[in-house]
Amino acid sequence: MELFTPDFGLIFWMFVAFAVLFFILWKWAWPVVLKTVDSRADLIDKGVEYAQSAKEQLDHARESAQAVLDDVRKQQADILREADKLKTQIVEQARSAAQVEAQKVMDSAKMQIEQQQKEAQLQFRNQVSEFALQIASKVVKNEMQDQKAQTRLVNSMLDEIESK
Amino acid sequence: MTRYICILLLSLFMCAVPANASGTADESHGDKINPKEIIFEHLGDGYGWEVPFNHHKRIPLPIIVFGSDGLHIFSSARVTDGQVYKDGNATFKISTDEEGGHHGKLVEIVDGKEVRPFDISITKNVCALFLAVIFVASLLIWLARHHKANGFKAPRKGLGAIEALVTFIYDGVIKSTLHDKARKFAPYLLTVFFFILGMNLLGLIVVFPGGANLTGNIAVTLVLAILTFLVTNIWGTKHYWKEIFWPDVPLWLKFPLPIMPIIEIFGMFTKPAALTVRLFANMMGGHMIVLVLTLLIFIFAAVNPVAGGATTVVSVLFSIFMLLIDVLVSFIQAYVFTMLSTIFISLAQQHEEHKKDEKQAAAPAVASAR
Repeated sequence: MELFTPDFGLIFWMFVAFAVLFFILWKWAWPVVLKTVDSRADLIDKGVEYAQSAKEQLDHARESAQAVLDDVRKQQADILREADKLKTQIVEQARSAAQVEAQKVMDSAKMQIEQQQKEAQLQFRNQVSEFALQIASKVVKNEMQDQKAQTRLVNSMLDEIESK
Repeated sequence: MTRYICILLLSLFMCAVPANASGTADESHGDKINPKEIIFEHLGDGYGWEVPFNHHKRIPLPIIVFGSDGLHIFSSARVTDGQVYKDGNATFKISTDEEGGHHGKLVEIVDGKEVRPFDISITKNVCALFLAVIFVASLLIWLARHHKANGFKAPRKGLGAIEALVTFIYDGVIKSTLHDKARKFAPYLLTVFFFILGMNLLGLIVVFPGGANLTGNIAVTLVLAILTFLVTNIWGTKHYWKEIFWPDVPLWLKFPLPIMPIIEIFGMFTKPAALTVRLFANMMGGHMIVLVLTLLIFIFAAVNPVAGGATTVVSVLFSIFMLLIDVLVSFIQAYVFTMLSTIFISLAQQHEEHKKDEKQAAAPAVASAR
């Protein structure tokens, strides 16, 4: 059967044709095509990977943002509480300082009053002694001649008054 | 879309016409049609290429032979219709002797005997082979140029279909079977796939640029199988050769009688043989069915004109159906050849350590191929 006996000429040309085709494609087609196909597959793989990691990061970021927000709220509350404390403290301090100051003013006022009292007493005593002397001298001028006896008498009488 | 359908239908109708022309031509000569001769002429090779719609005019092709006194190159027009051509001292003719074993082949007449010279003529099949090479190479270089110009941008329309085929074979068959060795063998395997697919599809076009029953010719499939055999064995690993000559079986199976090595060596050759016959038989069968269906019209017409008319409708419809099936078969056979080649190559790429993984990986693919 002719169909089942391979013809040498065709075998020869088939080898040649395949060699030529393989060379042409190996040189000019497959490197470019396979490189593009491979690198495109890589690109797609990387893209998917990147998208996944981006999504993960986004989820993560959301969580961490929430955490930061919570932290900030807590800090805010802390600061407010602190400020409140500080305020009462300051008021307290001011109050006590004012009390101390008032005490001081009162004390100095008291002292002044006392001093003035003393001065007034001293003045009063001097005037009283003068008045008394005048009165006494007038009284005694009339009653007494002896100067010395008179002065002694007066002094003793003054001492008496003073001791009273 | 309708335009493509029209083109397809037109080409399908053209398939019926040459056979029709041959039938009427034969009848006008007053002969009865000889279906066997017509079928085998269409399936086989020839020194000229039929002109569309005319069974007797042929496009002359160069004949290249090394006769008894050296190289002769002449046009096939010189020897058509049984003419005897004298080139120098040598005499050539196309043998019409049914008994001589060279029927339809060019022979040199030496001392009154027909002797087959060393014949590397550009026959119809060889010419179709060159056309297929040009067709496939230009398609793929077109794709490569697109990639060079546009980078990652995926091609559209026709070019997109070619790229889809490339990725289908490369990702689906080569990469999944050969893994890290894919890049090394991909150029060979992809070339085989596109070459077979191109030859198959061109063979289905019935008029001039196609119509040659290339992949249905055992010489073509034999060469492809030999190439796969060579690639498999030249790049086979040490472990592959060890598995052939000293396989992992009980000692009595390989010594003193080397039963398993003999079976393994036999297996080395049955693989390419299976490749050869599978592609050859499938494609030849497709061509033959269409031819037989077409010839049925004339066989029945010779018996009874009414029967002939009825057969025409059925035959044409069946021919169209079969040709459409053949388009599918063209793709499937190219795919199967590539897949089996990939598996044979991958089986010769095993190393000791991951032998089991690869066997497991290849097993489902082998099972589905059979």
